[in-house]
Amino acid sequence: MLRFFVRRVLIGLGILLVSSLLMYLMVDLTIDPLEDLRTSTAPNKELMIEQRIEQLHLNDPVIQRYFVWLGHFVTGDLGTAWTTNRPVTEILSSAIVSTLQLVTAATVLAIVLGIGVGIVSALRQYSSFDYLITFISFLLYSLPSFWVAVLLKQWAAIGYNDFLADPVIALPVMIGIAVLFGLLWSLALGGPPRSRLINGGAAAGVTFVVLLYIQLTDWWSTPNVGPVLLAVTSLGIALGVTTLSTGLKNRRSLLTALTVAALGVALYVPMQWAFYYLTPMMNWAVVLGLGIVAAVVGGVIGALYRGPDWRQSVRTGALTAVPVAGLIFVDRVMQVWPLYASANAIGGRPIPTIGDRTPNLGGNFWVVTLDQYTHLILPTISLMLISFAGYTRYARGSMLEVMGQDYIRTARAKGLTERTVIMRHGFRNSLIPMATIVPIDIITLIGGAIITENIFGRPGMGQMFLRHLDGNDIEPVMAYLLIVAFLAIVANIVADLIYAVLDPRIRVEA
Amino acid sequence: MTSDLNTPQPPEDSPVGEAENAIELHAVEGKSQGQIVRERFFGHKGAMAALVALILIAILALSSIGFPVFGWYVGGWWQWNPYETPALVNPGGAPTLTMPWGDAGFAIGSHPFGQDTLGRDIFARTMKGVQTSLMIMVVVGIVVTVIGVIIGALSGFYRGWVDTGLMRLTDLFITMPTLVIGAVLGKLVGGASALPLALALGLISWTTLARLVRGDFLSLREREFVDAARVAGASDSRIIFKHILPNAMGVIIVAVTLLMSAAILLETALSYLGFGIHSPNVSLGSMISEYQSSFSTRPWLFWWPGLFIIAVVLSVNFIGDGLRDAFDPRQKKLPSARAMKRADRIAQQRTGASTS
Repeated sequence: MLRFFVRRVLIGLGILLVSSLLMYLMVDLTIDPLEDLRTSTAPNKELMIEQRIEQLHLNDPVIQRYFVWLGHFVTGDLGTAWTTNRPVTEILSSAIVSTLQLVTAATVLAIVLGIGVGIVSALRQYSSFDYLITFISFLLYSLPSFWVAVLLKQWAAIGYNDFLADPVIALPVMIGIAVLFGLLWSLALGGPPRSRLINGGAAAGVTFVVLLYIQLTDWWSTPNVGPVLLAVTSLGIALGVTTLSTGLKNRRSLLTALTVAALGVALYVPMQWAFYYLTPMMNWAVVLGLGIVAAVVGGVIGALYRGPDWRQSVRTGALTAVPVAGLIFVDRVMQVWPLYASANAIGGRPIPTIGDRTPNLGGNFWVVTLDQYTHLILPTISLMLISFAGYTRYARGSMLEVMGQDYIRTARAKGLTERTVIMRHGFRNSLIPMATIVPIDIITLIGGAIITENIFGRPGMGQMFLRHLDGNDIEPVMAYLLIVAFLAIVANIVADLIYAVLDPRIRVEA
Repeated sequence: MTSDLNTPQPPEDSPVGEAENAIELHAVEGKSQGQIVRERFFGHKGAMAALVALILIAILALSSIGFPVFGWYVGGWWQWNPYETPALVNPGGAPTLTMPWGDAGFAIGSHPFGQDTLGRDIFARTMKGVQTSLMIMVVVGIVVTVIGVIIGALSGFYRGWVDTGLMRLTDLFITMPTLVIGAVLGKLVGGASALPLALALGLISWTTLARLVRGDFLSLREREFVDAARVAGASDSRIIFKHILPNAMGVIIVAVTLLMSAAILLETALSYLGFGIHSPNVSLGSMISEYQSSFSTRPWLFWWPGLFIIAVVLSVNFIGDGLRDAFDPRQKKLPSARAMKRADRIAQQRTGASTS
């Protein structure tokens, strides 16, 4: 394994080197740093051209310039953008954060939603739900992402902002939405007509009640989770996690999940005080730390219930604690919404279409976080749609493949419940091929982020690449190309390694 | 082995199983591989609908505004060309197309898709853009097939250092997302005409195909028929092109179809960003880019090119899916519920008759 790894890394470095040379030659051919001066009408045009050539060493052969650039690059000096005189490292440091936020959000959402929907679609093969999902994923796959992005920007953002100014949903619309949700749930859950009817009716009823609650409490202007919704959703999470991870029949797991949910609700008010005192020192590390604390507490509760299979209870407790804690966090972020929406810098249009933060917004950690979220919504959706479609297809295919294997038949034959068969024998094995697709898909997303960043004006790496390629500035362009090439090589190595680790049938030979 | 989970398969020797086997046998009996594939493909409703849609779109795009052939220009039946600037018919250039359920009743008018601010006819421009997209699709398809098949075949057939070298070359191309390298190449070849851009896009999208072909060749070259051909004295090129390649056709056709649909999207995205085709040439992507700022006032400038991109790409994707199903030997067309019931009934009648 180690030999394989070292070999791959060495080959990767070699490819990176050759790739950088080819890229440098190609970019050098593409750009013309004298473009603006050629058409200039300044009297000292000749002198300026001379100076530019001197500054960028354009009289040296391109190979020589490449090696000078490479020499600086390997010592950590990424060069300077001559158009703005800013060091590339400085431009990159802010751009990377912006791109990372976008790509991470899109990847996580696409993976979770795509795999979930794909697997349900596979379990209901050749049903109307399956056909519906297949058609939708094909449609999403065929959408030009820039078209969707422009549409979201011009239509969804403006429409939603107008809606927020006067947030009233008409009763027929509410009923329509409820019926639609009921239909989707009944198709997804399947079963005989009777249980379909019950499931659909229940889902429609719940949707309608939630919409009504939202309407009556003026939720759109003062969004919050609040103790009541927190209690209801925590109960739902506890039941859902237990059903998926161990089944409701496992008493200890069920009790663990319910205890964790109850603890979450009980901690709601104390947490408001905690957040009040924590606000000045809040940052993402603290948030991550709080999440880990929540998971540990959930696990400890599970362990306290003991029993022969206490590990399952620990898992269930931790899996329940994280989303419940997440809800409390989301609630705190939502509480600043009225403050945010009425801020002068926002101007009554809370869903922004440009940039990755509101300039001159001010405010504490919560306001800044909310501001980042609202800026992320539209770009994330438009970036996510395509890879969501891809993941749905892959997850469906791989789940179908796994469910047709002999060991699934064996598992059923020895009397395991359908939940155990699907979750433990089917789902886990269907993730093996998925694990190798994810790293490579992330690279595609980084490429796709170019379009999204361009349309939504997010000052990320893709935007930096486009701007400098257009401005004939080679050093920022090369920095971007090399970072992406490096990530692509790493992604490919990681994909191979994951495959080798997860699937014992694959033997890695150096 | 993807059997339906909800309806457990009956054991093979039961009368029902026999009837099912008969249905299955009927589907493949006495037919060549090509016939089976063709039949499966023509039986795939989605793919057939997509094929018809794609052909109709192509005919519409080519016949309406005409197209150049080797210096000659075949005229079309549409009254405007994409470049002339007639006076605005409706205020703001709104479409003259009205629907039967509207007040004015159904009418096509002289500018059904509307006009832009200069008065250019959007229908003619959209058709020109569709022509560009189709041209790029075909050129990319050809370039990708040639490069991908040659590199994959050589790599998989000869293995050893040839394989290592060619696969490192492929890795080199994989280090760049196609959009990124496409932007650099697009700026290099310029947008004066679509052909250089199409060639450039073909030059960067062959990697997936090469990898797939290599994998197929690696396994096919170990088969007995290859040994037989070699013993009979066939040369390497004969074995590659006459013996192995026809067996790898399924993988190639499916991969090329999907790469072609990706190429259309790639070209429109590049043109949108300004690194692909730009005026005076027309592409669906550059139209959207040109008109996006007027979305709120003249939405028709934005809708039509987008709808045609979706229609073309969706059709190609569905055709690709149908081809994949048709070529997949493990795919078994599931008989409809009605056919199953009928087989069931016949089988029961037969068992009833034999026991009485």
